Amino acid sequence: MSDNVTAQYKIEIDGLNLFYGQFQALKSVPMSIQERMITALIGPSGCGKSTLLRCLNRMNDLIHGVRVQGSVHLDGIDIYRPAQDVTDLRKRVGMVFQRPNPFPLTVYQNVVYGLRVAGIRHSRSLDEIAERSLRRAWMWDQVKDKLDEPALELPLDQQQRLCIARLLAVQPEVILMDEPCSALDPIATMKVEELMLELKKDYTIIIVTHNMQQAARVSDFTGYMLLGEMIEFSETQVIFTRPTKKLTEDYITGKYG
Amino acid sequence: MRIPPRFSQRLAIAFLGGATLVTLVILVAIIVFILEKGLLVLGWEFLFSSPKDMGRAGGIFPTLIGTVLLPLLAIIIATPLGVSTSVYLTEYTRESKTTRVIRFGTDCLAGIPSIIFGLFGFIFFVTTLGMGWSIMSGGLTLAFMILPTIIRTTEEAIRAVPKSYREVSFSLGATRWQTTKRVVLPNALPGILTGVMLGIGRSIGETAAVIFTAGSSLRIPESVFDSTRTMAVHFYILAREGISTENAYGTAAVLIIAVLAVNLLAYWLMNRFIARRS
Repeated sequence: MSDNVTAQYKIEIDGLNLFYGQFQALKSVPMSIQERMITALIGPSGCGKSTLLRCLNRMNDLIHGVRVQGSVHLDGIDIYRPAQDVTDLRKRVGMVFQRPNPFPLTVYQNVVYGLRVAGIRHSRSLDEIAERSLRRAWMWDQVKDKLDEPALELPLDQQQRLCIARLLAVQPEVILMDEPCSALDPIATMKVEELMLELKKDYTIIIVTHNMQQAARVSDFTGYMLLGEMIEFSETQVIFTRPTKKLTEDYITGKYG
Repeated sequence: MRIPPRFSQRLAIAFLGGATLVTLVILVAIIVFILEKGLLVLGWEFLFSSPKDMGRAGGIFPTLIGTVLLPLLAIIIATPLGVSTSVYLTEYTRESKTTRVIRFGTDCLAGIPSIIFGLFGFIFFVTTLGMGWSIMSGGLTLAFMILPTIIRTTEEAIRAVPKSYREVSFSLGATRWQTTKRVVLPNALPGILTGVMLGIGRSIGETAAVIFTAGSSLRIPESVFDSTRTMAVHFYILAREGISTENAYGTAAVLIIAVLAVNLLAYWLMNRFIARRS
């Protein structure tokens, strides 16, 4: 696929191979992700779904001995080309992690971290963006009087939404979520899911989840992965009602994993 | 024969508690013994007047200055060097044969007797570079002596910073240096300070390396290229030459109180820093 083709998809992954040393974790994975949709990746532990997710903001670069082959195009441009500025890529493709991981700083300092790193010093713009981001993450009312309190003293679900706010402050285009609810209780999970549906209006979201119901509830597209291969990728409805592959059917009906 | 668990449990408590008690008693005994003898001569007069007749009479003021200046110089030189080295080794290089060799080297350096550093300082700074017996020679020698300690404690402190902090920082578009500066170092600071404190402690108490490089002049130094005498050296000379046992203990008492004060200050600073951050 050449770089000057007008992008039909936000992200296009083609023939993606990834090796940890000798071990091949991704096997010629294809995937096309539509803008302003939620795409879910499901599959048993170790199937490579998190690895695939981390290819999209090149977080795998940080691991020693990782080799990537194939291409990942963001808006039609290969993010693995040598000229790619990785920090720039990560500002466009943000990430929410499995465990809520605010820095041991105040709520406010957490939200503006990405902005300060980007060189924004003007305190009024920092305040504005912080408020806007916290509102977007449905947190403003809960934390507006606690901005100078330690983020780690917030309840877990608020910590996770703070992490989302911290990400929104950088104004990404794509949000990667790596099992964002696995540390949360069902009610907190529901709130994060509602938030995802709201964020979908402006952002392209890709979520890795262990929870098939979650994928069914929130996503528009679902990919089922097994042993580093993309077994089936389709509209979520199709995956969960009429999967074309036997392997997919086995997994979603609970015969596997 | 099997010892019943309840009995072995009691035995363990008795042994562990006993060991703690013995340690405590020895520590307290040393401090009480020295303070008891030293406090007899201690007073403003003793602290702020110059020694007379080689230290048989008068105070210890010049050695106070030496004791402040030498470790201060050592720490000013060693901290940036040591912390930078550790950051480079932990954040900027992958674990390899080279880093292991460097780490092994610093470990060996940390175990070298201080008098060897003194000898090196004497040959290199005092003679070859022509700095003479001076605060500069002594400070540089002490800096090299405490460098391995600072490198190793800083490395441990940096390693203890959770990997997830770095990941988040990178994922928000920070460079490695921004991550180091804004996330890794602030979180490693208490550990780094511990290393610095150990370094200060070691250089305050050092005698061998200091006699060889800073000399033992009792005059108040006018520049960093003047010779000086630290309290530890003063104590050593007073006791060794049999000049004045009373004043030797007086000096020792001041030394102990000084080390205690430095440690308390460090704890206070550290707590304030932690409180401000969270």
